Amino acid sequence: MKKVEAIIKPFKLDEVKKALGELNIEGMTVTEVKGFGRQKGHSEIYRGAEYMVDFLPKVKIEVVTSDEMTPKVVAAITEAARTGKIGDGKIFITPVDDGVRIRTGERGTDAL
Amino acid sequence: MLKLFSAFLICLVSATNALADGPAVDTGDTAWVLISTALVLLMTAPGLALFYSGMVRRKNVLGTLMQSFAVLCVVSIQWVLIGYSLSFGPDRLGLIGGFEFFGLSGVGQDPNPDYSATIPHQAFMLFQMMFAVITPALIAGAFAERMKFSAFLVFTLLWTTLVYDPLAHWVWGVGGWLRVLGALDFAGGAVVHISSGAAALAAALTLGKRKGYLTEIMPPHNLPLTVIGAGLLWFGWFGFNAGSALGANGLAATAFLTTNTAAAGAGLSWMAAEWLHRGKPTLLGLASGLVAGLVAITPAAGFVSPLSSIIIGLAAGVICYLSVAIMKPLFGYDDSLDAFGIHGVGGILGAVATGLFATTVVNTAGADGLFSGSGALLGKQLIAIGACFLYSFTISLVILKAIDMVMGLRVAKDDEVQGLDITQHSESGYSL
Repeated sequence: MKKVEAIIKPFKLDEVKKALGELNIEGMTVTEVKGFGRQKGHSEIYRGAEYMVDFLPKVKIEVVTSDEMTPKVVAAITEAARTGKIGDGKIFITPVDDGVRIRTGERGTDAL
Repeated sequence: MLKLFSAFLICLVSATNALADGPAVDTGDTAWVLISTALVLLMTAPGLALFYSGMVRRKNVLGTLMQSFAVLCVVSIQWVLIGYSLSFGPDRLGLIGGFEFFGLSGVGQDPNPDYSATIPHQAFMLFQMMFAVITPALIAGAFAERMKFSAFLVFTLLWTTLVYDPLAHWVWGVGGWLRVLGALDFAGGAVVHISSGAAALAAALTLGKRKGYLTEIMPPHNLPLTVIGAGLLWFGWFGFNAGSALGANGLAATAFLTTNTAAAGAGLSWMAAEWLHRGKPTLLGLASGLVAGLVAITPAAGFVSPLSSIIIGLAAGVICYLSVAIMKPLFGYDDSLDAFGIHGVGGILGAVATGLFATTVVNTAGADGLFSGSGALLGKQLIAIGACFLYSFTISLVILKAIDMVMGLRVAKDDEVQGLDITQHSESGYSL
């Protein structure tokens, strides 16, 4: 099992959700997050005073999948979230030891 | 007991007689002044409350709203008990009103021809009450996000009694020395805006900067709230200025028109100034500008022509922008929500503009300003500006220092970091 963590532009969430839905992914977790990468921040102006805002709003999607599904999930996210401009985000993939469905006690990929 | 009862009966009978014999109440005038009174209340709560609370950080949203609403309650009682008497009671040496109207004694349903011959004395008193309410609420913009609520309550009561009430008497009270001098202040440019602006500067200097000022970013947490507040201020200001005609008449219509025009001009000119200076037209800029225009037209509203009000508005937007964006950083004081920068500077600008643009063509009870061929009024306006600013600044400093010594003005450092909502009121504005 792998966990795929994707940090994307917020307005791309619907397209990514649709692309993952077409792969019959059973579930995902979405969080509103802030951060910066190479895109850095932007400036905001309040009553003539300019502020640098370092952390930009992004959306983090977490999907746990079986090993064989992982490349398809990563490809779907990459394709759906890409605009080609700086700030499109990143995807991180980590191994997952185990999982439990709380209602039934099923383990591993059965819990997905 | 019997004596008390008969005294009560005599009072009742004499009151009824007075009602029958007194000067005639005009129903149209009375309706307009009562509606205007409610409009001016709306300016404080929720207008100013929302305008200010949107500009603070989210941890202080309730504390900031609370200040405006608490002022409304405190001053409403103070005004009935003592404030109205000190402001509009029979004159003492041109400086303050006497105690004759203490507890509204003698302030009944009959008109008081000294101030308004066609509306009940109580209606005039109520209209003035709402001015006394909004003035200390304006000052709160200078010390936002760091004042102890208990100290704030004491400050509000002392400031209203020792600064607002005498100043209202100087400018508007029969026998008040600035009124006798002939200085013009249609709806409170000096009494409300210069006095609150001067007190705001005193407060910003006494309390010092917020923790993290200029090192952390402190952007407004909810600009839509601020813009709703600005809209309510604009709406309520028709009561403030057009209501100051104290009648449903042509002068009220003129004041209504100059008020709207100046607000529009200042909204545009602040927006344009920021656009040129920083590259973008901002919504907060437009909202701040229209408020600056409303402030600047306040003393002039019933004395100048609609075309003059465009010039006053355009000037107010640019000059208040410069005071906030250039002058404040230059001197480094933390007037957090620009109470001095908008109300102090805008109020002074409006009082000077009245000395320039006033014309008896608009209001025969007014005077001719410099551009109508008489320089005398401008001199009187400058005296009024200097006197009101210096008096308010000095007494405010004394009051603030005294409160600081007795109970402390500022919340503890940890409380400031955590925010006023939790530490002062044990509440949160937002659950997520």
